[in-house]
Amino acid sequence: MIRRPLRPLARILQARARGENPDAIERENLRLRHEVTRSAARSRAESRLFVLGLFFTVAFVGIGLRMGFLASTPPAEPNTALGTSEFTATRAEIQDRRGRLLATNLETSALYVHPHELVDPARAARELARLFPDLNEARMLADFTGPRKFLWLRKVMSPEQQQAVHDIGEPGLLFATREMRLYPNGALAAHVLGGAAFAREDVRAAEIIGTAGVERTFDDRLRDPALANDPLQLSLDLTAQTAMEDVLSTGMTLMNAKGAAGVLMDVHTGEVLAIASLPDFDPNDRPAPPTKGDPTESPIFNRAVQGVYELGSTFKIFTVAQAMDLQLIGPETVIDTRGPMVKGRHRITDFRNYGPELTVDEVIVKSSNIGTARIALMIGAERQRAFLELMGMTQATGIEIAEARTGRPILPARWSDIVTMTVSYGHGFSTTPLHLAAGYAMIANGGTRVEPTLIRRSTPQYGPRVVTEETANRARTMLRHVVTEGTGQVADVPGYLVAGKTGTADKPKPGGGYHAKKVIATFAAMFPADDPRYVLVVSLDEPVNTLGREPTRTAGSTAAPVAAELIRRVAPLLDLKPRIEPLKLDGITLTSN
Amino acid sequence: MRTILSLLLAIAVLGLGAWAYRENYATQSAMAETEALKQKIGASRARLAVLRAEWAYLNRPDRLNDLAEINFDRLGLLPLQPEQFGQIDEIPYPLVETIAPLTGVQDVAGPETPPAPKGDLP
Repeated sequence: MIRRPLRPLARILQARARGENPDAIERENLRLRHEVTRSAARSRAESRLFVLGLFFTVAFVGIGLRMGFLASTPPAEPNTALGTSEFTATRAEIQDRRGRLLATNLETSALYVHPHELVDPARAARELARLFPDLNEARMLADFTGPRKFLWLRKVMSPEQQQAVHDIGEPGLLFATREMRLYPNGALAAHVLGGAAFAREDVRAAEIIGTAGVERTFDDRLRDPALANDPLQLSLDLTAQTAMEDVLSTGMTLMNAKGAAGVLMDVHTGEVLAIASLPDFDPNDRPAPPTKGDPTESPIFNRAVQGVYELGSTFKIFTVAQAMDLQLIGPETVIDTRGPMVKGRHRITDFRNYGPELTVDEVIVKSSNIGTARIALMIGAERQRAFLELMGMTQATGIEIAEARTGRPILPARWSDIVTMTVSYGHGFSTTPLHLAAGYAMIANGGTRVEPTLIRRSTPQYGPRVVTEETANRARTMLRHVVTEGTGQVADVPGYLVAGKTGTADKPKPGGGYHAKKVIATFAAMFPADDPRYVLVVSLDEPVNTLGREPTRTAGSTAAPVAAELIRRVAPLLDLKPRIEPLKLDGITLTSN
Repeated sequence: MRTILSLLLAIAVLGLGAWAYRENYATQSAMAETEALKQKIGASRARLAVLRAEWAYLNRPDRLNDLAEINFDRLGLLPLQPEQFGQIDEIPYPLVETIAPLTGVQDVAGPETPPAPKGDLP
């Protein structure tokens, strides 16, 4: 902008020439300039006022129209009543892989009291105590006659009980609508499902939250109203799970064990088809966590994913597989097995003396600790540790059970030579049975790592490669030999070509050292051996087989028969056809003519 | 002309009024009906959920196992065994092959060997 000078030289000179005061010119210019500024400011203010006025007019007209509209339309009740189609299922169902119900919701009622509306508090308390034995009459009467205006009595009731409360006829006894979580199969898959509980409670509805298991892991997903009609489908197979729990509990009784765990897993997809831990509980009435005693003895403790145990000789195959993968040995390499092997204060012995030397295949078949320890020394601590890490043995499994996070393997503090040797046959290194199953699945599927999962999936996992396909094949052949001619002969199921490994580990004492007569017996198997589809791990806690002449504790006589029975039961359920001639059935006549 | 026009207009107004009145009530009744249907759907869904839960409860493996044991005399049900798998070729499908060849009997109606015509025909 061009500013006009206040004292233009030409005019000043002219004025001076004329003898006038040049200051008058300056004042005149100053006045003109002020006038221009003022008029600009005025027009700006006017336009602002205009816009403001327009805004108010529009707002008043808008509100007026809306008021008129509201006044002229008939009133309608807001529709939030129960019974609209979206409100029925607030928490999604859980189903097994074939769509069978594992968890659903049931409408029920809760009972609450308005004590000030009770006609005869004494009678109400008496009748309620008669109906519900767990309610205390004296305490209820004290509450009913006290200053309280509101009182919850029961969280859920059956329709019969509700009718009985109705029949008391007290206006102060009121019902609240509730949805409760129901597990129709009772204790089946209890540890997987976990349990649910009421969180915030209201007279109209109550919030259900998952407290354990998949209910807790997928709590947000199950509570999402958009997915309420979309069931959560697990990889579990209800029939396989039933068979597993059935066989495990029979096996536990026969073998006098105090606990059992089992995992059945698809080796390609990583889907867990059945996973059980005994003793179990009813998720409809989940017991509270124990406040005293050993928490690992409680029924709510999940031995399959939470319990970390030294799983013994089942680990030997990993050592051998790694050594073969590093091309340190082959199946026919001869290993020195003279014992006992002394290292510092430690002595490594075999269950029995197997002679001065064995081939690698025989080390696995006969389960020689000394042989495996020697192979481990060839590998060395660093490589062994890296291998276990690559297999995922050093971290908690990623399975979708909330408690699995606590199933973190216990690693040795210092990976010395003696540790390398003991770890090679599964001592001094604790993992969960599920870790073991994942490790065996790696060997079974040709050498790639598999993450166990509980979610139904149809495509195989292709994790990082751990060993070559050839190594995996050789390891599988050795495991097959264990069942055909070694420690796991009991586990041979005709037609299913079972391959597996026994593991008997002494239980560590809490203070250090090992129990002499308490073991964890494990059998890890895969079937069919030539093209494995499933991996099975059975683990028994403190089993004693007293069926023979002398009591035995080795896995070959405790866990292996249980695993065999389990395969016999489960494999047909999984549509796995045995490769044998069917038995000739007598008493069947052809009816075609 | 003017009278006719205003008369027509009056009739049109009356007709439109009646139509609007009818539509208004039809809409309201349709809305009431949807509401009632929604309630019914909600109730049906709740009942369906209960029935499904009950079905699952009655079909729980424990119960079926117990029932199979109780009724063993009649049903003779046992867990599935590997031996119970069969081959498809063990099933006798073509009936002709499964029938033992009959000896000493003359087949009268068999299509393969019709009785040979005797004489008579030219």
